[in-house]
Parts: sequence; C-alpha cells; structure tokens
Amino acid sequence: MSKSSTLWSDAIYRLTRNKAAMFGAFILFVLILCAALAPWIAPYSYSFQNLELGASPPSAAHILGTDVLGRDLLSRILYGARISLLVGFVATGVALVIGVSWGIVAGYAGGKVDSIMMRIVDVLYGLPFIIFIILLMVIFGRNLWLLFGAIGAVEWLTMARIVRGQVIGLKNQEFVMAAKAMGVSNISMFRKHLLPNILGPIAVYATLTIPQVMLLEGFLSFLGLGIQPPMSSWGTLIKDGVESMEEYSWLLVYPGLTFTITLFALNFFGDGLRDALDPKTTDN
Amino acid sequence: MISIFLKRLLLAIPVLLAVASLTFFLVKLAPGGPFDADKAVSPQVLKNLNEAYNLDASEWEQYIDYMSGILKGDFGPSFRFPGRSVSEMIATGLPVTFELAFYAILIALLIGVSSGVLAALKRNTYLDFIPMAIAMIGICVPTFLMGPLLVLIFGINLEILPVSGWGQLPGDKILPSITLGFAYAAYIARLSRGGMLEVLNQDFIRTARAKGLTERNVVIKHAMQGGLIPVVSFLGPAIAGLLAGSFVVETIFQIPGLGRFYVEAAFNRDYTMILGTTIFFSAMIVFFNLLSDLAAMWLNPRSRDTS
Repeated sequence: MSKSSTLWSDAIYRLTRNKAAMFGAFILFVLILCAALAPWIAPYSYSFQNLELGASPPSAAHILGTDVLGRDLLSRILYGARISLLVGFVATGVALVIGVSWGIVAGYAGGKVDSIMMRIVDVLYGLPFIIFIILLMVIFGRNLWLLFGAIGAVEWLTMARIVRGQVIGLKNQEFVMAAKAMGVSNISMFRKHLLPNILGPIAVYATLTIPQVMLLEGFLSFLGLGIQPPMSSWGTLIKDGVESMEEYSWLLVYPGLTFTITLFALNFFGDGLRDALDPKTTDN
Repeated sequence: MISIFLKRLLLAIPVLLAVASLTFFLVKLAPGGPFDADKAVSPQVLKNLNEAYNLDASEWEQYIDYMSGILKGDFGPSFRFPGRSVSEMIATGLPVTFELAFYAILIALLIGVSSGVLAALKRNTYLDFIPMAIAMIGICVPTFLMGPLLVLIFGINLEILPVSGWGQLPGDKILPSITLGFAYAAYIARLSRGGMLEVLNQDFIRTARAKGLTERNVVIKHAMQGGLIPVVSFLGPAIAGLLAGSFVVETIFQIPGLGRFYVEAAFNRDYTMILGTTIFFSAMIVFFNLLSDLAAMWLNPRSRDTS
C-alpha cells in the first residue's frame, strides 16, 4: 500500500478487486444504459399491439415473445426498466434527503433535541408503514410522484439512525471544534465538514436502499396499487404475467428474471461497497 | 425488566392514539363519500344513509364516536358489505392470517436458524457457501414472484399440490406457508450466521471447550444463546413484514384472511374497513415489536443487568 493512499482510493482498490461487486456494477451499468436508451433500442413501441399475433412464445421477431395483446415483451421490459429504476433512484433520493438532514441535525444538536428526534424515529419504526402507503395511494389516487414521496418517506428512518451515529462520532473531533471556534455557521458546518466525512456510510446504505424501494414498488404494483396502465413497471409486468402464467409462462419468467437479476446486482454492489469502505466488516 | 416493559407499554398508548387519529382524518380527507359510487341515489336515500352511518354529525363528533367505539372493540359497520361490521370481518380473517403467519415463521426459524448455525460452524466450506447463496436468492426473489413460480412448478407442471385455497384440499397450506416463510428463512439464516460467528470467537466459548464440553453442548448451550439475539430482535419487525407478505400471499392463493380483506377494501374504497384494519394492524405490530425487544433484552445479560 502506497503512502499517499486515501480512504477513497483504498476503497476503490478493494471494490475493483471484489468480483461479485464489479459484476453487479457491470449489470447495473448495462441496465441503466438500456433504460435510458429504451426508445432507441427497443425493437417495438411498448404499446404497439398486434392482436392477430396474440401471445406468442419467444421467436426471431420477438426475442422474448409477446403478451396477450401481441405486444413485444422485450420492449415492455425495457420501458418498464425506466419506471422501476426511476422509482428506485428517486424514492431513495427522497429518503436520503430526509434521513441525512434528520440525522445530522439530531446528532449535531444532541441533548433534548436529539432524544426527541430519535424517539420520533423509534416510534415511526414500529408502525406498519406499508399500510400507510396503501392508504395514501387509495385516498389520493395512484399518482407516480405520490408513490415516490410515500416510499421515500418510509425508507429514511434507518438512514437517520446511521447518520446520527456517525455525526456523534465526529462531533468531538478536533477539526469540528476548530471549525466551530472559527465561527463557522451551522449550515456550512453540515455541508463542508460533517457531510463529506459521512459520505461513505451514506453511499453504502443508499445502494442497499434502492433494491428495497424497488421491491416495495413491485409489491404495490403487483397488488394493483402502484403504477397504473398504460405505464408499466416490472411489478406490473409480473402481475400481468401471473394472470396468464398457466398458458404463457414466459410472460412471468422473463420479467421475473430481469427483476431478480437487478436486485442481485444491486445487493452485490452494495455489499461490495460496504466491505470496501468499512474493512472491519469484510472478514465476516 | 418490568419497569421497562411498563414504560414501553405506556408509550405505546399515545402512539396508537395518534395513529388512530391520523388515520381517521386521512380517511376523511379522501375525495368522495362512500355512497356516491356506482349508481345515483336519491337525495332522501342519501340523507337516510348518512344518518344511519352517522355521517351527518360534525367531524369532531364522528371522531369522538369512533374512538370510543374502538375502545369497546367496535370498529363500526363496513361501508361495502351492509350488515357486516368491521370487527366481524377482522374476527373471521384474523385466525386464518395468524395460522399462515405461524407456519411461515415456523418454517423460517427451522430452516433459517439451522442453516445459519451450520454455516457459521462450517465456515468457508460448501456447507457455508451453498446455504448462503440460497439465502441470497431468498432475499432477491420477492414474495410476489416466488409464490407464482412455486404454483407454476408444483401446482401446474408437476400437479402435486393445490394451486389455491386454505383448508379445503389436503396440502393446500403448504405452498402459501413456504412462499411467505422463504424470504424470512433467508434473512434469519444470514442473521444467525453473523451472530454465531461473532459469539464463536469469544473467550467464554474457548473456556467451554477447554472445560471439555462436547461441541454439541458448546453450540447449543453456550453459543446459541448469545448468537441468536439478532434473530430474536428481528422477529418483531418480521411480524410487520409477514403482514405485508400476507397481502400478497393471500391474494395469490385466494386465502380468506385479513390481508386479502385489506387489499379488497383498498380496491373497493371501503373506508371504514381500511380504517379499522389499519388501526388494528398498527396495534398488533406495536405489540409484537415490544415483545421481541423484551425477549432480546432478556436474552442479553448486559441489558438485563442495567434495568
């Protein structure tokens, strides 16, 4: 190990040596690329129907077959990737913003503010949030942005706990005291001194939150309470697949496989990132 | 111990009250009343209906009414199924959901703990890698995919198990229970492996071995007690997850449990049913979380002493 190695260069070194994590990262890269380029690389439009064809098994013209309305399954999976990944990233972003701000404020303020804020988190932890998301979707309609917000509002709790713990660890270190003595305002203390030092755990937890969020979206869409037609996510594709799986099993198998592989990739990458940034856990 | 229990129990009461109130007013915010759905109703009928369901009172009165009803175990009438009360529907659905959750957690604990402990003991061998790889699959294949796939394989292709129902055909409880339990088996396997690895390196285990105890005794009497604390703390949140899983599993297998009632109520906009079950679920989850925290505390001598 060279003398000038920093935490990040070390971490990147360890990450690139982790085959499972790199494989996960590669799959994610390809998926994101496919999702972004869906309008150009999809062989058909996601809504193009060929009713005469109906449900047909995989063939040369339709690599993954077609659904009951004769729509190309590959194209629908590619377009579904856009929604599923979008939900995954945006909802995680929402969770990130709430959780990080909550955790930093609680950890830095300490004392009574901290104990009240963390008690709120404890209480919220114990509630059946999935039911509240369903409730919100029922009451306010099945709106995509509401879905992002609702899922994000559920997933921030663990993030807040992690960030708070980290901030408490940092708070009494000399550089923070020095900054404080120099009269740095609270805002720039958070932004310039605390945040950069807790980016590691945040990055790890965010990567591991994305698959959870995608599962939640899939779950809601499966119940018919998430993404609504004509839009489709992988969750709705699986739901459609289940309805006709007796005759047309490929309609269930391919979307299911895509979804599972994506979750695998995210979990492997997240685990690898955790091991890379926190060598203590590596040998576990 | 007892004082902690009482303290937590006392905290649970305002929490549940807040949840109930929040849910009540959220449902009131919902656009459209329960009776302006399918067909037009004459104003007189509507007025009578509103009177019958106490909807013409002020919101505050309705709130007080509802809350005092809950305390007596009365969640009001169902808006969708006239003549049936929400409490009745909870009473019919709950035993089914409990039975399903019980089998699922049993499967999860049996498979999860045994494979996790084995993996920790035989670390870095195939007995470690293979169960952990399967556990990863369990975590990445969602229930709503696992269930249909199991149905496809065992119900439709092999035709050895019924594809739906609950208690009507022999063996129809097997697939739903496995579907629901599998993901938890995976989590529990990972947790118990991690917990065991941590404990197995500690001095008291070396002492136990040095005393000449059999490996079996070392593992069962000494290591597992501490190594499985993470599993016990996981059980509380797992109950909440099982509930959500039961929504999916009961829908897939057409099981007449509380989870399916809830999903149907959400589709039908049966507001009183949603309201009642939400409050009921919350109470149950708060209770189970409390129970699992206490059990974990009791198992861990360090936190036992400080109380």
